[in-house]
Amino acid sequence: MTAAPAAPSRTAEAEALGAALPALLVASDQLAATVALGAHGRRRAGLGDAFWQYRPAQPADPVRMIDWRRSARGDQTFVREREAETAQTVMLWIDRSRAMAYSGAPNRPPKAERAALLGLALAALMLRAGERVGLMADRAPGADTDPAAARRAAPRSGRTQLLRLAEAGDPPDPAEYGAPAPAGLAAHGQAVLISDFLGPFAPIAALMDQAAAQGVRGALVQILDPAEEDLPFAGRTIFESMGGAMRHETRSAADLRALYGGRLRDRRAELELAAGRAGFVVATHRTDAPAAQVLLWLWRMLDGAR
Amino acid sequence: MLVLGPIGFLAPAVLWGLLALPVLWWLLRAVPPAPVRRRFPGVALMLGLADRDAETARTPWWLLALRLGALGLAILGFAGPVLNPEARLPGRDPVLYVLEGSWTDARDWGARTARLEALLEGSARAGQPAGVVVLTDPPAPGTPLFGAAAEAQGRVAGLRPNPWLPEGADRWAATLKGRFETVWFVSGIDWPGRAETLQALEARGPVRLIGGSAPLIALAPPVFAEGRIALGAQSQPPSGAPAEVVARGPDPNGTERDLARIELAFDAAGAAAAELALPPEIRNRIARFAISGVQSAAAALGDDSLRRRKIALVSGAAAGDETLDLLAPLHYLRQALAPTADLLDGALLESLAARPDVVILADVARLGEAEAAALGAWVEGGGLLLRFAGPRLARSDVGRTEADPLLPVRLREGGRSVGGAMSWGEPRALAPFAEGTPFAGLAIPAEVTVSAQVLAQPDPDLPARTIAALADGTPLVTRAALGEGQVVLFHVTANAEWSTLPLSGLFVRMLERLAVSLRSARPDAAELEGTLWTPVQVLDAFGRPGDAGRLAAVEGARLGAALGAGATARDLPPGVYTSEDRRIALNVIGEETVLQPARWPAGTRIEGLAVPPERGLKGLALALALGLVALDALASLALAGRLRGAAAAQAGAVILGAMLLGPTTARAQDAADAFAIRATPGFVLAHVLSGDARVDAITAQGLEGLGRVLGRRTSVEPGPPVGVDLERDEIDFFTLLYWPVTADAPLPSAEAYARLGRYLRAGGMIVFDTRDDDLAAGGVATPEQARLRLLAAPLDIPPLEPVPADHVLTRTFYLLTEFPGRHPRTTVWVEAAPPEADRAEGVPFRTLNDGVTPVVIGGGDWAGAWAVDDLGLPVLPVGRGVAGERQREFAYRFGVNLVMHVLTGNYKSDQVHVPALLERLGQ
Repeated sequence: MTAAPAAPSRTAEAEALGAALPALLVASDQLAATVALGAHGRRRAGLGDAFWQYRPAQPADPVRMIDWRRSARGDQTFVREREAETAQTVMLWIDRSRAMAYSGAPNRPPKAERAALLGLALAALMLRAGERVGLMADRAPGADTDPAAARRAAPRSGRTQLLRLAEAGDPPDPAEYGAPAPAGLAAHGQAVLISDFLGPFAPIAALMDQAAAQGVRGALVQILDPAEEDLPFAGRTIFESMGGAMRHETRSAADLRALYGGRLRDRRAELELAAGRAGFVVATHRTDAPAAQVLLWLWRMLDGAR
Repeated sequence: MLVLGPIGFLAPAVLWGLLALPVLWWLLRAVPPAPVRRRFPGVALMLGLADRDAETARTPWWLLALRLGALGLAILGFAGPVLNPEARLPGRDPVLYVLEGSWTDARDWGARTARLEALLEGSARAGQPAGVVVLTDPPAPGTPLFGAAAEAQGRVAGLRPNPWLPEGADRWAATLKGRFETVWFVSGIDWPGRAETLQALEARGPVRLIGGSAPLIALAPPVFAEGRIALGAQSQPPSGAPAEVVARGPDPNGTERDLARIELAFDAAGAAAAELALPPEIRNRIARFAISGVQSAAAALGDDSLRRRKIALVSGAAAGDETLDLLAPLHYLRQALAPTADLLDGALLESLAARPDVVILADVARLGEAEAAALGAWVEGGGLLLRFAGPRLARSDVGRTEADPLLPVRLREGGRSVGGAMSWGEPRALAPFAEGTPFAGLAIPAEVTVSAQVLAQPDPDLPARTIAALADGTPLVTRAALGEGQVVLFHVTANAEWSTLPLSGLFVRMLERLAVSLRSARPDAAELEGTLWTPVQVLDAFGRPGDAGRLAAVEGARLGAALGAGATARDLPPGVYTSEDRRIALNVIGEETVLQPARWPAGTRIEGLAVPPERGLKGLALALALGLVALDALASLALAGRLRGAAAAQAGAVILGAMLLGPTTARAQDAADAFAIRATPGFVLAHVLSGDARVDAITAQGLEGLGRVLGRRTSVEPGPPVGVDLERDEIDFFTLLYWPVTADAPLPSAEAYARLGRYLRAGGMIVFDTRDDDLAAGGVATPEQARLRLLAAPLDIPPLEPVPADHVLTRTFYLLTEFPGRHPRTTVWVEAAPPEADRAEGVPFRTLNDGVTPVVIGGGDWAGAWAVDDLGLPVLPVGRGVAGERQREFAYRFGVNLVMHVLTGNYKSDQVHVPALLERLGQ
């Protein structure tokens, strides 16, 4: 009798989980579909699937390389060359800390939801383009040095990787503010960090240094709720962090607006400085703006970086 | 009770609570508004930011003031504030409320009684015994004065002022005993015995005086002089505001309306005068003058003094008689009448055309035939014909042998002459006027003598017709009624030839008494001596004329004495009094009346009437306090930053909604929907509600019974029958509408007819049942049939015929040859078959039109035959015994056929083709 209620609740949980995933996948797919895929090749002959050119066979070429169909049309033998395609490794970090659960208005999604959507849509695009996409873990004891522990999902290519990435998004990070584990970066790959970047800045700066050292480039997407930018509050207020660990009391929240705005600008300048050193680009996205906008921007930035 | 200015407090002790306000001020100042707790990730960036202004921690001063105001108002509210508290000393003594109750009170009687009721309310609250006395109608001495105040309160509404001044109030007041307070509603006008009354009342206890400030405006009786009506009025106390005087009277149709208006401006002494010039026709109609907008008996009634009679003077003297003026027959009449009457000169017929009131013939003997006829008709119509004798009349043979209708008596030949040179005896004096004659009471001057006269034939009725006689008993003035008018003959000339009567004042007075002339001057007591005056119309204290009813007649002397000063009394109310043809108006204001302000002993204070009513302010104060608290809530929210945009709108909406919350109604559509749901569960039989409850009940039961039979015998299973109100309900849901026609069925409106027309065009069927076949006989329409024709006239109904033997209605389910309802052998009318319908060879039926007859009309009372009660038993008897039950069975069969016809149309008609079709298929 006592075990009986647990079983259905677990199945229900699983069902809810399973139900959410396809929805997220569908949403990310829809979002990804808004980006028209451009040509994605190395513009030179190499290993790949796409046809690149026919060239006259050289004596060193193995016989099995000769394209007999083309060669039968003339006296010369031709070899069919394919375009070189090198798969990049893209590591995503999607902040799932408590701060990301914030939403300033009932009609706006929490930042975490927008971040997950954006991350998955980007992953879908990348996977479609043949890249290998992995998910970086949050900073935690032990995850800083061990690359296996620093990755929630190892970088792989293929459509099924998207499912794995989606499943790896849970459970959320119990920390107030999130930070990525620096060991999760893939050398000479790309990295996309999606967070609000409101928390302590040192881990981010450390990660940027590491990225520069490993030749990793990429983008930082700062997702902010409009309330976090505008601070539309007034009166005597006690502000608490989402977990309640930090608090700040003010007698007039309206008077705080300008000071807060200055701090926010400082943070962004800091971010851009650190990112610029590592060759990263920075974008700010507000949750009341359409997600497609920033996705397109990301895609172009990453495509150009390749 | 604590009284501060116009506000008193019922519970002043609560006001000590106001002392706590400063403490509260200090407390509230120290406590800032509670902060909002907000989850906000950006807090990480805020750490270390300092507030700009530390003062905001304190509550802002205006919020403090708001809160203190709310609390102060609440304290004030609970202290029970009362606006305009009734200042009174709650004594234990009984209170006597004294109303003068004369016409002087009428102008503000409502205010007086309202104040009295308020005071009585106070007395009732304080438990004081109270009594109410009206001085114009004081209670009999010894009557208990005081009772419960609440009981006296109930009598106030019934109190009315009387149209006379208080009389005997001092005598009544002197009989009072015991100790009591007095509240006296004074009118401001002096009246006899007022000071004594005050003394007597003050001897019993304190006297409070309450009086109104509105001036009393009194109209003096109008005086007619030189073609104008002079109006006078007094205002007491003198008022600067002008008053408008309205002359009211009947218009030619008899409706009372305003005939004239004039403005009166008062001088510093409170007197006003104006003159009104009006055409005689209008002037003669004036019934009374009143002051516009004031209800008071101080109005003036119109009487004879306003009227002037039209008198036609016709002389027998031939034109061109060169007589001296003094000898002219009409000279003295002219002199006597000219000041008070409009005189018409000319030929008799022309004068009659001007509709005179009186025709005077001076020594006219013989009239032409046309003249006599016209004059006779005029007298019979109510005219007064006054004839004077003279030489011509004496010489003529008019009225000698037979009575002339235009002479009151027969005359003897020649007349007589007394006291002349050729005769014996002295000129005769007049005998005193007998009681009961119009002249009774007139004094006869000694110098009036008669030297010649015409003599009346002795007749049995001569004494009755004689209204004045000489000392020797020979008639001097005789009178006879003719139709509605009368004929009066002075047996002497109208000039001084035969008598000295025309030279004396008596002559004028006699003419007045005969109402030949109407006086403009007020008659005095002496002139009215011996007459009896009956009131015909009396004024109440508000100046409203009323019927005199059975008031006793008044002696002329008393009336005359009262006229001058307007001395009205209980048995002499103001009004119009008549005697014979004369009318005198007795007004509350006489010509000599001067309104005297009442002089009270020095130091007497008179309270005003218009005391603002007591009003409890507790509710108002608490409501205001609540409002401030609500404002405070909003302000606190705003301060705390919780009142923004949508939240503010919501809060506003909640407050507004709470204020404006009221019941909302939206039902018409619901009713229509409910009807539609009831009407469409499946196939439903419907009937039109005729308005006759019994008919409707039987019809509903009949359709119920038919429905049960249909359900048992056929595949049609109707739902419960539905009554349809043509004016309200949609009828398009029904295929069959049963319409019982009553003789007094209301005609549907145009809208309902439009609906019926649409229904019929769309293929509906109406069964009209006049239910009267037992009464219909010989082509005479019964009331129901007549009503049916009226009802159906606007409907588009095709030509009809009695159901032919091959109509599809005879075989849709049962084979029927007749269609009985409660009445056997009824004729049923349906749409006529087209004339070209022909009979196919070998088929017993004609090939008839498609479709369903739109109407079925009959009088069989089928619903009555179908009707069953809840148990399924028949409600109404049909026929007798077994034959009757069989008739009922056939009635059901008709109903079944009817429904089948409606539902299947001419299906059974088509069945007749089946053999032919089968035959063709076989080939």
